[in-house]
Parts: sequence; structure tokens; C-alpha cells
Amino acid sequence: DFPIVTRTDFSDTTFLLEILHPAMAKAAKPGQFVIVMVNEHGERIPLTIADFDRQRGTITLVIQAVGKSSREMQAECRVGGTLFGMVGPMGIPSHVSDAKKVICVGGGLGVAPIFPQARAFKENGAYVIGVVGFRSANLIFWEHKFRSVCDEFIICTDDGSAGLKGLVTQGIEGAIAEHGDIDEVVAIGPPIMMRACAEATRPHKIKTMVSLNPIMVDGTGMCGGCRVRVGGRIKFACVDGPDFDGHAVDFDDLMQRLKRYRPQEQQSLEQWDENCRRL
Amino acid sequence: MVRKTIRNIPQERAFMPVQDPEARAANFDEVALGFDEAAALLESERCLMCPEPACIAGCPVSIDIPGFIEKLLKNDYRGAYDRLTDSTLLPAVCGRVCPQEEQCEGVCAVAVSGGLEPVAIGRLERWLGDKAIAEGWHKSRHIEPARFRVGVVGSGPASMACAADLAKAGCEVTVFEALHAPGGVLRYGIPEFRLPNSVVDAEIGQLETLGVEIKCNTLVGRLFTVEQMLSEMGYDAVFIGAGAGTPKFMDIPGENLNGVLSANELLTRCNLMHAGDFPNYDTPLGLGKRIAVIGAGNTAMDAMRVSLRLGAEEVHCVYRRTELECPARAEELHHAQEEGIAFHWLTSPVELLGDAEGNVRALRCQRMELGEPDESGRRRPVPVEGSEFDFEADTVVYAIGTSPNPILGQTSKIRLNKWGYIETDETLATSLAGVYAGGDIVTGAATVILAMGAGRKAAESIRQYLGIRD
Ligand SMILES: Cc1cc2nc3c(=O)[nH]c(=O)nc-3n(C[C@H](O)[C@H](O)[C@H](O)COP(=O)(O)OP(=O)(O)OC[C@H]3O[C@@H](n4cnc5c(N)ncnc54)[C@H](O)[C@@H]3O)c2cc1C
Ligand SMILES: Cc1cc2nc3c(=O)[nH]c(=O)nc-3n(C[C@H](O)[C@H](O)[C@H](O)COP(=O)(O)OP(=O)(O)OC[C@H]3O[C@@H](n4cnc5c(N)ncnc54)[C@H](O)[C@@H]3O)c2cc1C
Ligand code: SF4
Ligand code: SF4
Ligand code: FES
Ligand SMILES: [Mg+2]
Repeated sequence: DFPIVTRTDFSDTTFLLEILHPAMAKAAKPGQFVIVMVNEHGERIPLTIADFDRQRGTITLVIQAVGKSSREMQAECRVGGTLFGMVGPMGIPSHVSDAKKVICVGGGLGVAPIFPQARAFKENGAYVIGVVGFRSANLIFWEHKFRSVCDEFIICTDDGSAGLKGLVTQGIEGAIAEHGDIDEVVAIGPPIMMRACAEATRPHKIKTMVSLNPIMVDGTGMCGGCRVRVGGRIKFACVDGPDFDGHAVDFDDLMQRLKRYRPQEQQSLEQWDENCRRL
Repeated sequence: MVRKTIRNIPQERAFMPVQDPEARAANFDEVALGFDEAAALLESERCLMCPEPACIAGCPVSIDIPGFIEKLLKNDYRGAYDRLTDSTLLPAVCGRVCPQEEQCEGVCAVAVSGGLEPVAIGRLERWLGDKAIAEGWHKSRHIEPARFRVGVVGSGPASMACAADLAKAGCEVTVFEALHAPGGVLRYGIPEFRLPNSVVDAEIGQLETLGVEIKCNTLVGRLFTVEQMLSEMGYDAVFIGAGAGTPKFMDIPGENLNGVLSANELLTRCNLMHAGDFPNYDTPLGLGKRIAVIGAGNTAMDAMRVSLRLGAEEVHCVYRRTELECPARAEELHHAQEEGIAFHWLTSPVELLGDAEGNVRALRCQRMELGEPDESGRRRPVPVEGSEFDFEADTVVYAIGTSPNPILGQTSKIRLNKWGYIETDETLATSLAGVYAGGDIVTGAATVILAMGAGRKAAESIRQYLGIRD
């Protein structure tokens, strides 16, 4: 069992858990993820390691409650409690290149995971431009954390309630226009956002890395459920990724496959709501 | 005592009840129900006690078959079990899943020179293994204080056998398993109706009584490397039994359509994650009504029979060779046929076709014919020109084999062969000093008993490496 030592709620859908796991805190690198099981009946859900603290021996996860499993985590995971299962770090760590100037882009559930990457680039001596997207101002979190590792930090909100009004791609385009010498862009978020980022950088031929989030089961390369299409070839995101060249990724394929279990997910959520109401 | 001859032994095999095909196709209870005591004794009478028993040579771990049968006949069941478990850690497992017809039973004198059905060695083993579980028999631990620490990667049969032998030799053994439950393929692959989880749990319980510690949720390579186990974590030796595990696809158009999955994924969702009990368990499966499974090995049989039990209306097997070349255990193929699975021999898919929503709706197949023999000695299937036809299916399952799991290769300097399997010498030593490997990760997908045999062999090599004497 894996003890939960901190919980912070950023909004009514997004929350942070810090889990005690000294060996994992020691091993974790930016870009890696864990697979968590809330309880014995749970599914195995992948979550990016949003931060790690080697001194305290902890792993930080930032979770968006979207369906049954993540809502159950939101309802049941408290300080003093435990997770039934947590395995990792999984996946090939992000390659922190020696790029001189990078844009690190995070949107939706990708805001937290982009943080360790931005920090790693900073530690590598790069000029880091952070671009993060939120729906509105009240959902913003980790602003000070980002500012401490970014040379420039651009917040975009859908409704314009803070920062730039618009999508992260506008933030990217602005930064590209301002700096003619961006070496690399790293984007993490929903597939539709990552695709838009890749399209924004394609004309400028700027290397763009994305972190893919297909449906996973084991996360060890054993089931093939996480297969994605990159450069016309099949890759298993859990062992060959999760980072890939955004210009080679078939995002339509990814988005199609993410819909695979929609009816079941709906059913599961409805039953969960029903049970919650009865209690 | 009258010397037994082929004429004075029971001519027919003792009766073993099997669940009725129609009933069992709708439940996950065991299909083969096993002998009772009377049947076990009757079947034991059929062994000729050959002076030079071919069966022992046919068994990959050289079980003293006439030896344990002799004790069984004397009603010395505990003695028979001890004799059996001198060579195998998992009699209740192997008795159920060994391809006996190709191993011990395939060379049994009763069949080879007598022309009768061979002695049902596997069923006798299963009976003894089940009896041991029921009676709580176990091998006692060697009490010598632990002088060495050995780390084991993976918890499949190779690792279990290796861990047991080393624990008996007085080593402190820790097994690291990536999944949240131990057992390897025995847990996530082979379904309940062939090998109940209770049997796997009992055999793993045996390991724990020997003092072996099992740590699940531990992905070796990523949480720590094999090298770190030796340098920082203080293990004197390491055994790797990581399995083959990574499913193959064919690289034909349409493979990424929804509804196309590997047998490993289907079986893992069902066996490990209990998707059959969705939504009480959270993992979905979303199986369709008309299932096509590509391949005809044990994995394919299991995927088909699981689909049937989960409510599929039709289950079809598509295989590019013929029934003769079908690599599954004879009993499984037979059971699958009885349960109403349709077999399409000499058929190979060339493309998967989808609907507007991106779900698979059909396979485009090609007929094959057998040509010249290939390297394996089997006649190579060659496509028949212009024989394409479409075959409807809303779920397509790949069971065409596996390749080695890449994680240890990515994270360690251990030498791999050109196919990505771990390279070992004849003692199962790898290119890293103190690191041994065995099972599917060395040989490619094989069998439970071969993996166990490799685990035991590696344990012996590790004892020598550490200088442990009896
Ligand atoms: C490498 C990786 C890293 C991720 N990191 C984070 C993170 O840091 N924070 C976060 O909130 N989310 C993250 N996700 C997504 C997260 O795993 C899903 O949101 C979660 O599994 C949804 O489960 P649910 O039961 O709550 O919702 P459901 O209603 O079951 O699913 C909602 C949607 O999530 C996707 N999904 C469902 N099951 C899985 C699964 N087993 N694996 C992957 N996706 C699935 C599907 O597209 C589905 O339509 C990550 C996914 C991957 C692959
Ligand atoms: C569906 C199916 C049916 C089968 N039916 C039969 C049958 O009837 N009879 C028969 O004899 N054989 C059968 N086989 C084959 C047999 O199961 C295998 O040959 C055997 O299990 C191999 O044993 P192993 O110990 O090498 O590996 P596995 O059983 O594959 O176990 C390997 C274990 O190591 C773990 N692991 C891998 N990498 C790591 C890592 N880096 N860190 C930690 N843990 C790790 C895996 O999660 C897994 O649990 C079947 C196989 C399948 C898939
Ligand atoms: S372990 Fe397998 S091959 Fe050996 S005797 Fe038993 S059933 Fe036969
Ligand atoms: S070969 Fe058959 S008859 Fe002979 S000892 Fe072995 S099991 Fe008995
Ligand atoms: S999640 Fe199973 S292979 Fe990647
Ligand atoms: Mg879910």
C-alpha cells in the first residue's frame, strides 16, 4: 500500500496527491508516469509524475476528475489513506536536449506534467518560455512554481479572465514571432491541443515533442492496448514512449482509439453516481 | 507380484469427468474436473514400471514418474507427492497445462509399444498436487541461516522455480513483479476454467512458506536497474524470468481500428482485471458478438474460449496452416471444438476493414495452400491467387505470438541476441557477472514446464556461483 501524504484541491475537478514512495522518488525522471489502482476493484490508470521530491521521498500526481476512476480518487483519496497499487516510474524519460531556447506548453491535464520538463530544461541552462492554458482564471495553479523555472511565462485562458485570451497556440505563435531562434517545443495536453501545437510549429520546422496518452492497461509492454501510430509505424506508448515527435504522430488515430470504451465509461460513471447518491 | 504387461493392465484410461460443453461455455468453472482417488489408483495400475522409463526422458524436468506412481499405488500419497516435488514445484499447475502428449505421455510405452492411450501422467500429477493443497502439505524450509541474498525479476513459473530452489538452499530471496499480482502468465494469461486462481495462489503460498518475499508493483529496469540490484541493493546474484510478453501484430492495414486487440490484452483485462465482472470491477472489455481470433496456439484457444464465456454469439479461429500444425495442446483444441468454436484452416487475413466510427467490421482474408517445408519442417502456407474474401467480425483478436519485453534491454547493459532475447550460456549465465536468466525471455514463448526447468537450472548455477554446497 502506498501512503497519501498531501492533498491539495486546485478546483472542483483538479487535485494534487503526494504519495510516499522513496525508491520511486529516487528513480523518477521528467516525462515518466505511474500506473495507479485506487482499490482492488479498480482499473489501472496511468498518471504522469508531475513532480518528485527525492529528499521527502514523494511523488506528486495532479489528477483531473473526468470519469469513474478519477472521480473515485477525488472522493476517496485523503491524507492518511493509501492507494492499493502504484507502479513506476514507467516510460522512457523525456530527452532533455541541450536546446538553448525552448517553449514548454501545457494545457488541461498537461499543465502539471510539463512542469518537471520546464525545470529540467532550466537546470540544463536553457532559456525557458512556459505557455499554459486554462479555461478561466479560477482554475490556475502552480503559477509561482512555473515562474521560478521559466524566463517567460504566458498564461492563456479561454475566457480571457487572466493572461492572454485564447488558446495556447496563440501563446506559441506569439513567442515564435518574438524570438526567431526557438530550438524546441514540448507540448503536453489533450491530443487536440498537441496536434494544434505541432501544426503551429510545423511551418517553422521547430522540433516538437509531445507526450501521448492512449488507453493503457499494464504499462509494461505486455498488452499492446497503448499502440499509437507514429511515422506510419505502430509503437507501444508505454515502452517506446510516451514522448514522440509531434510532427510524425497520427493524432486522428490516437483520438479515435481514445473513444474505444466510451459507452462502458459512461455506464461505469452512471453506476458510480447512482451508488454515491444512495449512500 | 505378477510382472505387468500391456495385456494385464486396464486397457482404458480411468474416467475423468469433464463439464458438459454446453454448460461450461457459459461459465468460468474448470472444464476438466480431475480424477478422484479411485480413478487415480486405477490409472496408476496402467503404468508398466518400465526399467528404462521413456517418460522420464520425455519430461523437461525429469520427474521420476514410475517412482511417484509406485508410491501412489501403495497409498503412500505423501511419499508420492514428495517424490514428485523433488523435480517440480507446481504439480497442480503442470498437471493441468503441460502439453503432455508431446512430452511424458507422448513417449509412454503403453502408447508407443502397446498401442493404447498412454498413462495419464498429467492427471495423476494434478490429483497429487490438488491433494497437497487440500491437505496443506508443503516442503519444509532448509533451516540453514541465509548467507546470500538473491533478487528475482518477474514472478512467472521460471522465477517461482528458481526462487523455491534457492530458498531451500538457504538464500534470502526477493521476487520483484511489475504487475499488482504474482504468477506471470499463470495469473494474467491462462484463464480460470483451465487453471483456477486458487491453484496459482496455493502454489505461490508454497513459495512464501519457504520464506520467499514477493514484492509486486515493482518494475525492474525503471524503479531500479539490474546493475543496481548487485551494486547498491546488496544482492549477491540475480535471476531474470521476465517472460516474452510483448504481443505481435501483422502490420496489415486496419490494425489500429477499435475492436482490434491482442489476446494478451483480452486475457489480462479478463483474468487479471476481472473485466468479465464489469461494472463491479472498473476495467471494461467491450467485447463484440462475432469474434475472430487470428492464430491457433494455446493463447488463441484461451482467447476464444474466454470470449465464448463472456457472451460472444460466434467465435471463429482463423489460422494460416492446417489442424495438423495447430500448436495448441491437443486437449484445448478438442475442448474448443466441442464448445462450438468454428475453425477456418488455411486462411490468413490481409486487411482489416472498418466502419465510419473507426470500429472493425470485417477481415479481408486470403486462402492458403501448403507448399514446401520451411526451416521448422512444417509445410509453408502460400497464398492462393485471387482467393480474397471478406469475413465479418466486430472484434478481432491477435494471437500470433510474442516478442521479448524491451524494458530490461533498454535499461541494462545485459547482452541480447539479435531477436532481443537475453543471451545466456549453457549454465544460463548472462553477460553480466552474477546475473542468470531463463524461461520465455531466453527461449521465446515456450511452456510452463520448460520455464520451470530453466528456473531450476539457473538456481543450480547460482548455487555454484555462490559456492553453496548441499
Ligand atoms: C501516459 C499517460 C499519462 C497521463 N497523465 C495524466 C495526468 O497526469 N493527470 C490526469 O488527470 N490524467 C492523466 N492521464 C489520463 C488518465 O489516465 C485518464 O484520464 C484516466 O484513465 C481516466 O479514467 P476515468 O475512469 O476517470 O475516466 P473514464 O471515463 O474511464 O475515461 C475518460 C477518458 O480517459 C481515457 N482513458 C480511460 N481509461 C484510460 C486508461 N486506462 N488509460 C489511459 N486513458 C484512459 C479515455 O479516452 C476515456 O474516454 C494520462 C494518461 C496517460 C496514458
Ligand atoms: C494465454 C497463454 C496460454 C498458455 N497456455 C499454456 C499451456 O497450456 N501450457 C504450457 O505449458 N504453456 C502455456 N503457455 C506458455 C507459458 O505460460 C509460458 O511459456 C510461461 O509462463 C513462461 O514463464 P516465464 O516464467 O518465462 O514468464 P511469464 O510467465 O511470462 O512471467 C514473467 C513475469 O515477469 C514480469 N516481468 C516482466 N518484466 C518485468 C520487469 N522488468 N520487472 C518486474 N517484473 C517483470 C511479468 O509481469 C510476468 O509476470 C501459455 C501462454 C499464454 C500467454
Ligand atoms: S511436468 Fe509435464 S512433462 Fe513432466 S511429467 Fe509432469 S506433465 Fe509430464
Ligand atoms: S513410460 Fe509409461 S508405462 Fe513406462 S514407466 Fe513411464 S508412465 Fe509408466
Ligand atoms: S499499456 Fe499494455 S502494452 Fe502499453
Ligand atoms: Mg475509467
